[in-house]
Amino acid sequence: MLQLNNIEVIYDNVILVLRGVSIEAPEGAITTVLGANGAGKTTMLKAISGLLRPERGDVSRGSIEFNGERIDRMLPHQIVRNGIVQVFEGRRVFEHLTAEENLIAGGHILPSAAKLKQNMELVYEYFPRLSERRDIQAGYLSGGEQQMLAVGRALMSEPNYVLLDEPSLGLAPMIVQEIFGRIQRLRDEQNVSFLLVEQNAKLALEIADAGYVMENGAIVLEGQASQLRDNADIKEFYLGMSGEDRKSFRDVKHYRRRKRWLA
Amino acid sequence: MSGETQFFVELVSNGFLTGLMYSLVAVGFVLIYKSTDAINFAQGEFCMIAAIIVASTMTLYGFPLWAAVGISLIFMLGFNLGLERFVLRPMIGRPVVAIIMATIGLALMFRGLGPLVFGAETRPINLPIEQAPVIWGPFFMSQIDILGAAISVLFLAVFGWFFLKSRKGVAMRAVADSHQVSMAMGINVERYFALAWMLAGLVALLGGIVWGNAIGVDTQLAQLGLKVFPVVILGGLDSIIGCIVGGLIVGVCEAIAAGYLDPIVGGGTKDFTPYVLMILVLMIRPYGMFGKPIIERI
Ligand SMILES: Nc1ncnc2c1ncn2[C@@H]1O[C@H](COP(=O)(O)OP(=O)(O)OP(=O)(O)O)[C@@H](O)[C@H]1O
Ligand SMILES: [Mg+2]
Repeated sequence: MLQLNNIEVIYDNVILVLRGVSIEAPEGAITTVLGANGAGKTTMLKAISGLLRPERGDVSRGSIEFNGERIDRMLPHQIVRNGIVQVFEGRRVFEHLTAEENLIAGGHILPSAAKLKQNMELVYEYFPRLSERRDIQAGYLSGGEQQMLAVGRALMSEPNYVLLDEPSLGLAPMIVQEIFGRIQRLRDEQNVSFLLVEQNAKLALEIADAGYVMENGAIVLEGQASQLRDNADIKEFYLGMSGEDRKSFRDVKHYRRRKRWLA
Repeated sequence: MSGETQFFVELVSNGFLTGLMYSLVAVGFVLIYKSTDAINFAQGEFCMIAAIIVASTMTLYGFPLWAAVGISLIFMLGFNLGLERFVLRPMIGRPVVAIIMATIGLALMFRGLGPLVFGAETRPINLPIEQAPVIWGPFFMSQIDILGAAISVLFLAVFGWFFLKSRKGVAMRAVADSHQVSMAMGINVERYFALAWMLAGLVALLGGIVWGNAIGVDTQLAQLGLKVFPVVILGGLDSIIGCIVGGLIVGVCEAIAAGYLDPIVGGGTKDFTPYVLMILVLMIRPYGMFGKPIIERI
Protein backbone atom coordinates (compact mmCIF):
# COMPACT_ATOMS: atom_id res chain seq x y z
CA MET A 1 0.00 0.00 0.00
CA LEU A 2 1.23 3.45 -0.95
CA GLN A 3 -0.19 6.18 1.24
CA LEU A 4 -0.01 9.95 1.30
CA ASN A 5 -1.07 11.29 4.65
CA ASN A 6 -2.20 14.87 4.53
CA ILE A 7 0.91 16.11 2.73
CA GLU A 8 1.75 19.70 2.06
CA VAL A 9 4.36 20.66 -0.54
CA ILE A 10 6.12 24.00 -0.74
CA TYR A 11 8.45 25.22 -3.48
CA ASP A 12 11.17 27.77 -2.70
CA ASN A 13 9.92 27.93 0.91
CA VAL A 14 7.00 30.10 -0.10
CA ILE A 15 4.93 28.65 -2.93
CA LEU A 16 2.38 26.31 -1.37
CA VAL A 17 1.30 23.84 -4.06
CA LEU A 18 -0.19 20.84 -2.25
CA ARG A 19 -2.37 21.61 0.73
CA GLY A 20 -3.17 18.50 2.70
CA VAL A 21 -3.40 15.74 0.13
CA SER A 22 -4.33 12.26 1.34
CA ILE A 23 -4.35 9.35 -1.06
CA GLU A 24 -4.30 5.60 -0.79
CA ALA A 25 -3.09 3.48 -3.68
CA PRO A 26 -3.75 -0.17 -2.80
CA GLU A 27 -1.56 -3.01 -4.04
CA GLY A 28 -2.47 -4.58 -7.37
CA ALA A 29 -4.77 -1.74 -8.37
CA ILE A 30 -4.79 1.19 -10.72
CA THR A 31 -5.50 4.35 -8.78
CA THR A 32 -6.04 7.50 -10.76
CA VAL A 33 -5.70 11.15 -9.79
CA LEU A 34 -7.57 13.50 -12.08
CA GLY A 35 -7.07 17.22 -12.31
CA ALA A 36 -6.67 20.14 -14.65
CA ASN A 37 -3.46 21.98 -15.54
CA GLY A 38 -1.62 23.26 -12.51
CA ALA A 39 -3.66 21.27 -10.01
CA GLY A 40 -0.47 19.83 -8.51
CA LYS A 41 -0.55 16.30 -9.93
CA THR A 42 3.07 16.22 -11.09
CA THR A 43 4.18 17.79 -7.84
CA MET A 44 2.46 14.98 -5.96
CA LEU A 45 4.25 12.31 -8.00
CA LYS A 46 7.61 14.01 -7.54
CA ALA A 47 6.99 14.15 -3.81
CA ILE A 48 6.57 10.37 -3.83
CA SER A 49 9.60 9.62 -5.97
CA GLY A 50 11.88 11.99 -4.07
CA LEU A 51 12.46 14.32 -6.99
CA LEU A 52 11.25 17.52 -5.36
CA ARG A 53 14.48 18.48 -3.69
CA PRO A 54 16.50 19.23 -6.84
CA GLU A 55 13.68 21.63 -7.75
CA ARG A 56 13.76 23.32 -4.35
CA GLY A 57 10.50 21.70 -3.34
CA ASP A 58 9.84 20.11 0.05
CA VAL A 59 7.21 17.96 1.73
CA SER A 60 6.69 20.36 4.60
CA ARG A 61 3.89 18.55 6.38
CA GLY A 62 2.35 15.09 6.47
CA SER A 63 4.01 11.84 5.50
CA ILE A 64 4.37 9.42 2.62
CA GLU A 65 4.33 5.77 3.59
CA PHE A 66 5.08 2.69 1.57
CA ASN A 67 4.07 -0.58 3.21
CA GLY A 68 4.16 1.16 6.57
CA GLU A 69 7.61 2.68 6.08
CA ARG A 70 8.11 6.41 5.70
CA ILE A 71 9.75 7.27 2.41
CA ASP A 72 9.39 11.05 2.24
CA ARG A 73 12.97 11.69 3.38
CA MET A 74 14.57 9.16 1.03
CA LEU A 75 16.71 9.94 -1.99
CA PRO A 76 15.36 9.15 -5.46
CA HIS A 77 17.59 6.11 -5.99
CA GLN A 78 16.61 4.68 -2.63
CA ILE A 79 12.96 5.01 -3.55
CA VAL A 80 13.52 3.14 -6.82
CA ARG A 81 15.23 0.38 -4.84
CA ASN A 82 12.18 0.27 -2.60
CA GLY A 83 10.06 -0.51 -5.65
CA ILE A 84 8.52 2.79 -6.74
CA VAL A 85 9.39 4.33 -10.07
CA GLN A 86 8.04 7.37 -11.91
CA VAL A 87 7.28 7.75 -15.61
CA PHE A 88 7.55 11.43 -16.46
CA GLU A 89 5.05 13.63 -18.16
CA GLY A 90 6.11 14.11 -21.76
CA ARG A 91 7.87 10.72 -21.88
CA ARG A 92 11.42 12.00 -21.38
CA VAL A 93 13.26 9.10 -23.00
CA PHE A 94 17.06 9.32 -23.15
CA GLU A 95 17.09 10.70 -26.67
CA HIS A 96 20.65 9.88 -27.58
CA LEU A 97 20.52 6.32 -26.34
CA THR A 98 18.97 3.52 -28.34
CA ALA A 99 15.67 2.05 -27.22
CA GLU A 100 17.47 -0.93 -25.78
CA GLU A 101 20.02 1.23 -23.97
CA ASN A 102 17.10 3.12 -22.43
CA LEU A 103 15.90 -0.18 -21.03
CA ILE A 104 19.38 -1.01 -19.76
CA ALA A 105 19.48 2.34 -17.96
CA GLY A 106 16.03 1.61 -16.55
CA GLY A 107 17.36 -1.65 -15.10
CA HIS A 108 20.27 0.11 -13.48
CA ILE A 109 19.55 -1.19 -9.99
CA LEU A 110 19.31 -4.84 -11.04
CA PRO A 111 22.05 -7.00 -9.55
CA SER A 112 22.93 -9.11 -12.58
CA ALA A 113 23.12 -8.97 -16.36
CA ALA A 114 21.00 -12.12 -16.51
CA LYS A 115 18.19 -10.41 -14.61
CA LEU A 116 18.51 -7.44 -16.93
CA LYS A 117 18.13 -9.66 -19.96
CA GLN A 118 15.16 -11.45 -18.46
CA ASN A 119 13.30 -8.23 -17.66
CA MET A 120 14.08 -6.86 -21.08
CA GLU A 121 12.44 -9.88 -22.68
CA LEU A 122 9.40 -9.30 -20.51
CA VAL A 123 9.18 -5.66 -21.61
CA TYR A 124 9.51 -6.73 -25.25
CA GLU A 125 6.72 -9.23 -24.69
CA TYR A 126 4.38 -6.49 -23.52
CA PHE A 127 5.57 -3.97 -26.09
CA PRO A 128 6.64 -5.93 -29.18
CA ARG A 129 7.02 -2.68 -31.11
CA LEU A 130 9.98 -1.80 -28.88
CA SER A 131 11.65 -5.07 -29.78
CA GLU A 132 11.51 -4.16 -33.46
CA ARG A 133 12.89 -0.70 -32.77
CA ARG A 134 15.47 -1.66 -30.16
CA ASP A 135 18.50 -0.33 -32.04
CA ILE A 136 16.95 3.00 -33.01
CA GLN A 137 17.95 6.15 -31.16
CA ALA A 138 15.07 6.88 -28.81
CA GLY A 139 14.87 10.50 -29.95
CA TYR A 140 13.73 9.32 -33.35
CA LEU A 141 10.93 7.03 -32.14
CA SER A 142 7.33 8.12 -32.60
CA GLY A 143 5.48 9.63 -29.66
CA GLY A 144 3.59 6.41 -28.99
CA GLU A 145 6.74 4.32 -29.15
CA GLN A 146 8.46 6.75 -26.81
CA GLN A 147 5.63 6.42 -24.31
CA MET A 148 5.87 2.64 -24.51
CA LEU A 149 9.60 2.94 -23.99
CA ALA A 150 9.11 5.20 -20.98
CA VAL A 151 6.74 2.67 -19.41
CA GLY A 152 8.95 -0.28 -20.38
CA ARG A 153 12.01 1.47 -18.99
CA ALA A 154 10.26 1.96 -15.67
CA LEU A 155 9.27 -1.71 -15.57
CA MET A 156 12.90 -2.78 -15.92
CA SER A 157 13.60 -2.18 -12.24
CA GLU A 158 10.80 -4.62 -11.25
CA PRO A 159 8.77 -1.99 -9.43
CA ASN A 160 5.80 -2.71 -7.19
CA TYR A 161 4.41 0.70 -8.04
CA VAL A 162 4.64 2.71 -11.22
CA LEU A 163 3.73 6.39 -11.11
CA LEU A 164 2.39 7.41 -14.51
CA ASP A 165 2.22 11.13 -15.32
CA GLU A 166 -0.27 11.83 -18.09
CA PRO A 167 0.69 8.96 -20.39
CA SER A 168 -2.07 9.87 -22.85
CA LEU A 169 -0.72 13.36 -23.45
CA GLY A 170 -0.44 14.18 -27.14
CA LEU A 171 -1.06 10.65 -28.39
CA ALA A 172 -3.64 9.38 -30.87
CA PRO A 173 -6.64 7.64 -29.24
CA MET A 174 -5.72 4.29 -30.73
CA ILE A 175 -2.19 4.33 -29.30
CA VAL A 176 -3.56 5.43 -25.94
CA GLN A 177 -5.98 2.50 -25.97
CA GLU A 178 -3.11 0.17 -26.73
CA ILE A 179 -0.92 1.51 -23.93
CA PHE A 180 -3.75 1.58 -21.39
CA GLY A 181 -4.59 -2.00 -22.33
CA ARG A 182 -1.00 -3.05 -21.54
CA ILE A 183 -1.17 -1.22 -18.23
CA GLN A 184 -4.26 -3.21 -17.30
CA ARG A 185 -2.58 -6.44 -18.32
CA LEU A 186 0.50 -5.57 -16.26
CA ARG A 187 -1.74 -5.07 -13.26
CA ASP A 188 -3.54 -8.36 -13.81
CA GLU A 189 -0.63 -10.54 -14.91
CA GLN A 190 2.40 -9.03 -13.16
CA ASN A 191 0.62 -7.58 -10.13
CA VAL A 192 2.13 -4.14 -10.78
CA SER A 193 0.27 -1.33 -9.01
CA PHE A 194 -0.20 2.01 -10.73
CA LEU A 195 -0.80 5.55 -9.63
CA LEU A 196 -2.09 7.15 -12.80
CA VAL A 197 -2.27 10.92 -13.13
CA GLU A 198 -4.50 12.09 -15.96
CA GLN A 199 -6.41 15.04 -17.34
CA ASN A 200 -8.30 12.67 -19.57
CA ALA A 201 -10.81 11.45 -16.98
CA LYS A 202 -12.82 9.33 -19.37
CA LEU A 203 -9.88 7.18 -20.37
CA ALA A 204 -8.42 6.97 -16.90
CA LEU A 205 -11.69 5.93 -15.27
CA GLU A 206 -12.09 3.19 -17.87
CA ILE A 207 -9.08 1.29 -16.55
CA ALA A 208 -8.78 2.57 -12.98
CA ASP A 209 -10.12 0.80 -9.90
CA ALA A 210 -10.47 3.94 -7.84
CA GLY A 211 -9.85 7.62 -8.32
CA TYR A 212 -9.38 11.06 -6.82
CA VAL A 213 -10.03 14.49 -8.21
CA MET A 214 -7.50 17.19 -7.40
CA GLU A 215 -8.12 20.89 -7.68
CA ASN A 216 -5.76 23.65 -6.63
CA GLY A 217 -3.57 21.28 -4.68
CA ALA A 218 -6.33 19.63 -2.70
CA ILE A 219 -8.41 16.48 -3.16
CA VAL A 220 -12.01 17.50 -3.75
CA LEU A 221 -13.57 14.16 -4.62
CA GLU A 222 -12.76 10.49 -4.29
CA GLY A 223 -14.39 7.14 -4.90
CA GLN A 224 -14.44 3.88 -6.81
CA ALA A 225 -13.97 4.35 -10.52
CA SER A 226 -17.54 3.26 -11.21
CA GLN A 227 -18.90 5.81 -8.75
CA LEU A 228 -16.79 8.56 -10.27
CA ARG A 229 -17.94 7.64 -13.75
CA ASP A 230 -21.52 8.12 -12.61
CA ASN A 231 -20.83 11.23 -10.56
CA ALA A 232 -22.69 14.16 -12.07
CA ASP A 233 -19.92 16.69 -11.39
CA ILE A 234 -17.28 14.55 -13.02
CA LYS A 235 -19.53 13.90 -15.98
CA GLU A 236 -20.04 17.57 -16.30
CA PHE A 237 -16.51 18.85 -15.78
CA TYR A 238 -14.17 16.11 -16.88
CA LEU A 239 -16.00 13.63 -19.05
CA GLY A 240 -17.79 16.22 -21.15
CA MET A 241 -21.47 16.01 -21.88
CA SER A 242 -23.07 13.82 -24.53
CA GLY A 243 -19.76 12.69 -25.98
CA GLU A 244 -18.52 16.14 -26.96
CA ASP A 245 -15.04 17.29 -26.03
CA ARG A 246 -14.04 17.69 -22.44
CA LYS A 247 -14.56 21.21 -21.20
CA SER A 248 -11.55 23.34 -20.54
CA PHE A 249 -10.54 24.34 -17.06
CA ARG A 250 -11.77 27.84 -17.63
CA ASP A 251 -15.24 26.55 -18.46
CA VAL A 252 -15.19 24.46 -15.34
CA LYS A 253 -14.26 27.45 -13.23
CA HIS A 254 -16.96 29.46 -14.85
CA TYR A 255 -19.49 26.73 -14.24
CA ARG A 256 -18.42 26.41 -10.63
CA ARG A 257 -18.84 30.08 -10.05
CA ARG A 258 -22.25 30.03 -11.64
CA LYS A 259 -23.25 27.06 -9.57
CA ARG A 260 -22.10 28.70 -6.38
CA TRP A 261 -23.94 31.82 -7.32
CA LEU A 262 -27.13 29.89 -8.02
CA ALA A 263 -26.91 27.94 -4.81
CA MET B 1 60.55 4.56 -53.73
CA SER B 2 61.45 8.11 -54.56
CA GLY B 3 62.74 10.38 -51.85
CA GLU B 4 59.65 12.52 -52.29
CA THR B 5 57.21 9.65 -51.55
CA GLN B 6 59.45 8.40 -48.76
CA PHE B 7 59.22 11.81 -47.12
CA PHE B 8 55.45 11.88 -47.44
CA VAL B 9 54.99 8.39 -46.00
CA GLU B 10 57.20 9.35 -43.10
CA LEU B 11 55.15 12.45 -42.38
CA VAL B 12 51.88 10.55 -42.53
CA SER B 13 53.01 7.66 -40.35
CA ASN B 14 54.49 9.92 -37.71
CA GLY B 15 51.43 12.14 -37.80
CA PHE B 16 49.33 9.03 -37.34
CA LEU B 17 51.18 8.03 -34.18
CA THR B 18 51.10 11.56 -32.76
CA GLY B 19 47.41 11.72 -33.63
CA LEU B 20 46.61 8.67 -31.53
CA MET B 21 48.42 10.28 -28.64
CA TYR B 22 46.27 13.38 -29.10
CA SER B 23 43.20 11.16 -29.07
CA LEU B 24 44.15 9.78 -25.70
CA VAL B 25 44.31 13.25 -24.18
CA ALA B 26 41.11 14.26 -25.96
CA VAL B 27 39.18 11.45 -24.30
CA GLY B 28 39.64 13.30 -21.01
CA PHE B 29 37.49 16.16 -22.31
CA VAL B 30 34.89 13.80 -23.64
CA LEU B 31 34.52 11.94 -20.35
CA ILE B 32 33.66 15.11 -18.51
CA TYR B 33 31.50 16.57 -21.22
CA LYS B 34 29.54 13.37 -21.61
CA SER B 35 28.51 13.18 -17.99
CA THR B 36 28.32 16.79 -16.88
CA ASP B 37 27.85 18.84 -20.06
CA ALA B 38 30.77 21.01 -19.00
CA ILE B 39 34.14 21.48 -20.67
CA ASN B 40 37.06 20.92 -18.36
CA PHE B 41 39.63 23.50 -19.38
CA ALA B 42 42.07 22.11 -16.84
CA GLN B 43 42.51 18.78 -18.62
CA GLY B 44 45.91 19.80 -20.04
CA GLU B 45 47.00 20.90 -16.57
CA PHE B 46 45.82 17.57 -15.18
CA CYS B 47 48.21 15.88 -17.65
CA MET B 48 50.99 18.21 -16.59
CA ILE B 49 50.52 17.63 -12.87
CA ALA B 50 50.26 13.87 -13.30
CA ALA B 51 53.43 13.81 -15.38
CA ILE B 52 55.31 16.14 -13.03
CA ILE B 53 54.53 13.84 -10.13
CA VAL B 54 55.73 10.80 -12.04
CA ALA B 55 58.90 12.51 -13.26
CA SER B 56 59.86 14.11 -9.97
CA THR B 57 59.24 11.05 -7.82
CA MET B 58 61.52 9.19 -10.21
CA THR B 59 64.29 11.76 -10.62
CA LEU B 60 64.19 13.44 -7.19
CA TYR B 61 63.41 10.47 -4.98
CA GLY B 62 64.60 7.57 -7.08
CA PHE B 63 61.34 5.64 -7.20
CA PRO B 64 61.01 3.01 -9.90
CA LEU B 65 58.63 3.79 -12.76
CA TRP B 66 55.78 1.58 -11.53
CA ALA B 67 55.84 3.14 -8.06
CA ALA B 68 55.98 6.66 -9.49
CA VAL B 69 52.99 5.90 -11.69
CA GLY B 70 51.16 4.40 -8.72
CA ILE B 71 51.78 7.49 -6.58
CA SER B 72 50.64 9.78 -9.36
CA LEU B 73 47.55 7.65 -9.97
CA ILE B 74 46.53 7.76 -6.32
CA PHE B 75 47.07 11.49 -6.26
CA MET B 76 45.07 12.12 -9.44
CA LEU B 77 42.13 9.93 -8.39
CA GLY B 78 42.06 11.39 -4.90
CA PHE B 79 42.45 14.94 -6.13
CA ASN B 80 39.73 14.65 -8.75
CA LEU B 81 37.41 12.94 -6.32
CA GLY B 82 37.87 15.81 -3.87
CA LEU B 83 37.51 18.33 -6.65
CA GLU B 84 34.22 16.82 -7.71
CA ARG B 85 32.94 16.51 -4.17
CA PHE B 86 33.86 19.92 -2.80
CA VAL B 87 34.09 22.25 -5.78
CA LEU B 88 31.99 20.94 -8.62
CA ARG B 89 29.12 19.14 -6.89
CA PRO B 90 27.97 22.26 -5.05
CA MET B 91 27.77 23.86 -8.48
CA ILE B 92 25.31 21.33 -9.88
CA GLY B 93 22.29 23.12 -11.20
CA ARG B 94 24.19 26.34 -11.79
CA PRO B 95 24.80 27.44 -15.36
CA VAL B 96 27.39 25.32 -17.15
CA VAL B 97 29.40 28.49 -17.68
CA ALA B 98 30.04 28.63 -13.93
CA ILE B 99 31.57 25.15 -14.00
CA ILE B 100 33.68 26.07 -17.01
CA MET B 101 34.96 29.18 -15.25
CA ALA B 102 35.84 27.07 -12.22
CA THR B 103 37.92 24.72 -14.39
CA ILE B 104 39.72 27.69 -15.94
CA GLY B 105 40.57 28.95 -12.47
CA LEU B 106 41.81 25.50 -11.60
CA ALA B 107 44.00 25.42 -14.69
CA LEU B 108 45.67 28.70 -13.77
CA MET B 109 46.22 27.52 -10.23
CA PHE B 110 47.90 24.34 -11.42
CA ARG B 111 50.19 26.23 -13.75
CA GLY B 112 51.37 28.32 -10.84
CA LEU B 113 51.56 25.58 -8.25
CA GLY B 114 53.24 22.87 -10.36
CA PRO B 115 56.60 24.59 -10.79
CA LEU B 116 56.41 26.13 -7.33
CA VAL B 117 56.24 22.73 -5.65
CA PHE B 118 58.36 20.64 -7.97
CA GLY B 119 60.66 23.18 -9.61
CA ALA B 120 60.56 24.51 -13.14
CA GLU B 121 63.19 22.39 -14.85
CA THR B 122 62.33 19.91 -17.57
CA ARG B 123 62.51 16.31 -16.40
CA PRO B 124 62.28 13.14 -18.39
CA ILE B 125 59.91 10.23 -17.99
CA ASN B 126 61.87 7.34 -19.34
CA LEU B 127 59.84 4.34 -20.34
CA PRO B 128 61.93 1.20 -20.74
CA ILE B 129 62.37 1.35 -24.53
CA GLU B 130 65.19 2.01 -26.94
CA GLN B 131 65.80 5.39 -28.51
CA ALA B 132 66.66 3.84 -31.88
CA PRO B 133 64.04 4.29 -34.58
CA VAL B 134 62.22 1.39 -36.14
CA ILE B 135 62.57 0.97 -39.87
CA TRP B 136 59.92 -1.22 -41.38
CA GLY B 137 59.55 -1.11 -45.15
CA PRO B 138 58.92 2.50 -46.06
CA PHE B 139 58.06 3.39 -42.46
CA PHE B 140 60.56 5.13 -40.28
CA MET B 141 59.25 5.69 -36.78
CA SER B 142 60.57 6.32 -33.29
CA GLN B 143 59.91 3.60 -30.73
CA ILE B 144 58.77 6.23 -28.27
CA ASP B 145 56.00 7.27 -30.60
CA ILE B 146 55.06 3.67 -31.34
CA LEU B 147 54.78 2.87 -27.65
CA GLY B 148 52.80 6.06 -27.04
CA ALA B 149 50.43 5.19 -29.84
CA ALA B 150 50.09 1.60 -28.62
CA ILE B 151 49.21 2.71 -25.08
CA SER B 152 46.73 5.16 -26.59
CA VAL B 153 45.06 2.53 -28.75
CA LEU B 154 44.80 0.12 -25.85
CA PHE B 155 43.13 2.59 -23.53
CA LEU B 156 40.95 4.12 -26.23
CA ALA B 157 39.62 0.63 -26.85
CA VAL B 158 39.01 0.10 -23.15
CA PHE B 159 37.17 3.42 -22.78
CA GLY B 160 35.23 2.79 -25.97
CA TRP B 161 34.06 -0.57 -24.71
CA PHE B 162 33.18 0.92 -21.35
CA PHE B 163 30.98 3.61 -22.82
CA LEU B 164 29.30 1.69 -25.56
CA LYS B 165 28.87 -1.75 -24.06
CA SER B 166 29.05 -1.80 -20.28
CA ARG B 167 26.06 -1.11 -18.06
CA LYS B 168 27.96 1.57 -16.17
CA GLY B 169 28.82 3.23 -19.47
CA VAL B 170 25.18 3.28 -20.52
CA ALA B 171 24.25 4.75 -17.14
CA MET B 172 26.89 7.43 -17.61
CA ARG B 173 25.46 8.36 -20.98
CA ALA B 174 21.98 8.39 -19.46
CA VAL B 175 23.23 10.82 -16.83
CA ALA B 176 24.61 13.02 -19.59
CA ASP B 177 21.24 12.93 -21.34
CA SER B 178 19.20 13.97 -18.30
CA HIS B 179 20.15 14.20 -14.66
CA GLN B 180 16.56 14.26 -13.50
CA VAL B 181 15.39 11.23 -15.47
CA SER B 182 18.52 9.29 -14.50
CA MET B 183 17.73 9.95 -10.86
CA ALA B 184 14.23 8.64 -11.42
CA MET B 185 15.75 5.43 -12.81
CA GLY B 186 17.58 4.83 -9.56
CA ILE B 187 20.92 6.02 -10.89
CA ASN B 188 23.01 7.72 -8.23
CA VAL B 189 23.91 10.69 -10.38
CA GLU B 190 26.51 12.13 -8.04
CA ARG B 191 28.41 8.88 -7.96
CA TYR B 192 28.64 8.97 -11.75
CA PHE B 193 29.95 12.51 -11.71
CA ALA B 194 32.64 11.31 -9.34
CA LEU B 195 33.41 8.36 -11.60
CA ALA B 196 33.69 10.64 -14.63
CA TRP B 197 36.17 12.92 -12.88
CA MET B 198 38.22 9.98 -11.65
CA LEU B 199 38.37 8.57 -15.16
CA ALA B 200 39.43 12.00 -16.41
CA GLY B 201 42.24 11.88 -13.85
CA LEU B 202 43.28 8.45 -15.07
CA VAL B 203 43.30 9.58 -18.70
CA ALA B 204 45.32 12.63 -17.73
CA LEU B 205 47.92 10.39 -16.14
CA LEU B 206 48.12 8.18 -19.21
CA GLY B 207 48.38 11.20 -21.48
CA GLY B 208 50.96 12.78 -19.19
CA ILE B 209 53.14 9.68 -19.28
CA VAL B 210 52.89 9.18 -23.01
CA TRP B 211 53.59 12.81 -23.81
CA GLY B 212 56.11 13.28 -21.01
CA ASN B 213 58.01 10.36 -22.46
CA ALA B 214 57.89 11.93 -25.91
CA ILE B 215 58.73 15.57 -25.15
CA GLY B 216 59.84 15.79 -21.51
CA VAL B 217 57.97 17.12 -18.49
CA ASP B 218 57.63 20.77 -17.55
CA THR B 219 54.84 23.36 -17.58
CA GLN B 220 54.85 23.27 -21.38
CA LEU B 221 52.99 19.99 -21.08
CA ALA B 222 49.91 21.91 -19.99
CA GLN B 223 49.72 23.28 -23.54
CA LEU B 224 48.43 19.83 -24.46
CA GLY B 225 45.00 20.94 -23.39
CA LEU B 226 44.93 23.75 -25.93
CA LYS B 227 46.63 21.61 -28.50
CA VAL B 228 44.05 18.90 -28.22
CA PHE B 229 41.05 21.18 -28.12
CA PRO B 230 40.71 21.24 -31.92
CA VAL B 231 40.75 17.44 -31.84
CA VAL B 232 37.84 17.42 -29.45
CA ILE B 233 35.89 19.95 -31.45
CA LEU B 234 36.63 18.12 -34.69
CA GLY B 235 35.41 14.84 -33.31
CA GLY B 236 32.40 16.24 -31.50
CA LEU B 237 32.63 16.69 -27.77
CA ASP B 238 30.79 13.53 -26.87
CA SER B 239 32.20 10.81 -29.06
CA ILE B 240 35.15 8.54 -28.39
CA ILE B 241 35.23 7.43 -32.01
CA GLY B 242 35.25 11.13 -32.82
CA CYS B 243 38.30 11.57 -30.58
CA ILE B 244 40.20 8.92 -32.47
CA VAL B 245 39.30 10.20 -35.92
CA GLY B 246 39.81 13.82 -34.86
CA GLY B 247 43.20 12.99 -33.36
CA LEU B 248 44.33 11.17 -36.48
CA ILE B 249 43.21 13.98 -38.79
CA VAL B 250 44.91 16.65 -36.70
CA GLY B 251 48.07 14.57 -36.25
CA VAL B 252 48.45 13.78 -39.93
CA CYS B 253 47.46 17.22 -41.22
CA GLU B 254 49.81 19.08 -38.92
CA ALA B 255 52.68 16.73 -39.77
CA ILE B 256 52.14 17.24 -43.49
CA ALA B 257 51.71 20.98 -43.11
CA ALA B 258 54.85 21.21 -41.02
CA GLY B 259 56.79 19.01 -43.44
CA TYR B 260 55.99 21.05 -46.51
CA LEU B 261 55.22 24.54 -45.24
CA ASP B 262 57.72 25.01 -42.45
CA PRO B 263 60.73 25.24 -44.81
CA ILE B 264 58.89 27.97 -46.71
CA VAL B 265 57.41 30.05 -43.89
CA GLY B 266 60.18 29.31 -41.42
CA GLY B 267 58.32 27.14 -38.88
CA GLY B 268 55.32 27.30 -36.60
CA THR B 269 52.84 25.66 -38.98
CA LYS B 270 52.18 22.85 -36.52
CA ASP B 271 50.77 25.29 -34.04
CA PHE B 272 48.01 26.73 -36.12
CA THR B 273 47.02 23.90 -38.49
CA PRO B 274 44.73 22.29 -35.91
CA TYR B 275 42.82 25.54 -35.42
CA VAL B 276 42.36 26.07 -39.13
CA LEU B 277 40.92 22.56 -39.34
CA MET B 278 38.70 23.22 -36.35
CA ILE B 279 37.22 26.34 -37.85
CA LEU B 280 36.64 24.61 -41.19
CA VAL B 281 34.77 21.74 -39.55
CA LEU B 282 32.70 24.02 -37.35
CA MET B 283 31.56 25.88 -40.44
CA ILE B 284 30.26 22.67 -42.00
CA ARG B 285 29.10 20.70 -38.95
CA PRO B 286 28.62 22.88 -35.88
CA TYR B 287 28.45 19.88 -33.54
CA GLY B 288 31.66 18.29 -34.85
CA MET B 289 31.97 15.28 -37.09
CA PHE B 290 30.66 12.77 -34.58
CA GLY B 291 28.89 14.94 -32.06
CA LYS B 292 25.26 14.31 -31.27
CA PRO B 293 23.01 16.64 -33.16
CA ILE B 294 20.24 18.20 -31.14
CA ILE B 295 17.30 15.98 -31.93
CA GLU B 296 14.24 17.91 -32.97
CA ARG B 297 11.22 15.87 -33.87
CA ILE B 298 8.23 17.67 -35.20
N1 LIG C 1 9.75 23.91 -9.36
C1 LIG C 1 8.68 24.68 -9.10
N2 LIG C 1 8.84 25.86 -8.46
C2 LIG C 1 7.78 26.64 -8.19
N3 LIG C 1 6.51 26.32 -8.50
C3 LIG C 1 6.29 25.18 -9.15
C4 LIG C 1 7.36 24.30 -9.48
N4 LIG C 1 6.85 23.23 -10.12
C5 LIG C 1 5.51 23.43 -10.18
N5 LIG C 1 5.17 24.60 -9.61
C6 LIG C 1 3.81 25.13 -9.48
O1 LIG C 1 3.01 24.19 -8.83
C7 LIG C 1 1.71 24.17 -9.38
C8 LIG C 1 1.34 22.75 -9.74
O2 LIG C 1 2.20 22.27 -10.74
P1 LIG C 1 2.18 20.80 -11.27
O3 LIG C 1 3.20 20.67 -12.32
O4 LIG C 1 2.26 19.88 -10.12
O5 LIG C 1 0.72 20.72 -11.89
P2 LIG C 1 0.05 19.56 -12.75
O6 LIG C 1 -1.21 19.22 -12.08
O7 LIG C 1 1.01 18.47 -12.99
O8 LIG C 1 -0.27 20.33 -14.09
P3 LIG C 1 -0.23 19.79 -15.61
O9 LIG C 1 -1.52 19.06 -15.82
O10 LIG C 1 -0.19 21.05 -16.39
O11 LIG C 1 0.98 18.96 -15.74
C9 LIG C 1 1.73 25.09 -10.57
O12 LIG C 1 1.10 26.28 -10.20
C10 LIG C 1 3.19 25.33 -10.82
O13 LIG C 1 3.41 26.64 -11.29
MG1 LIG D 1 1.90 17.70 -14.61
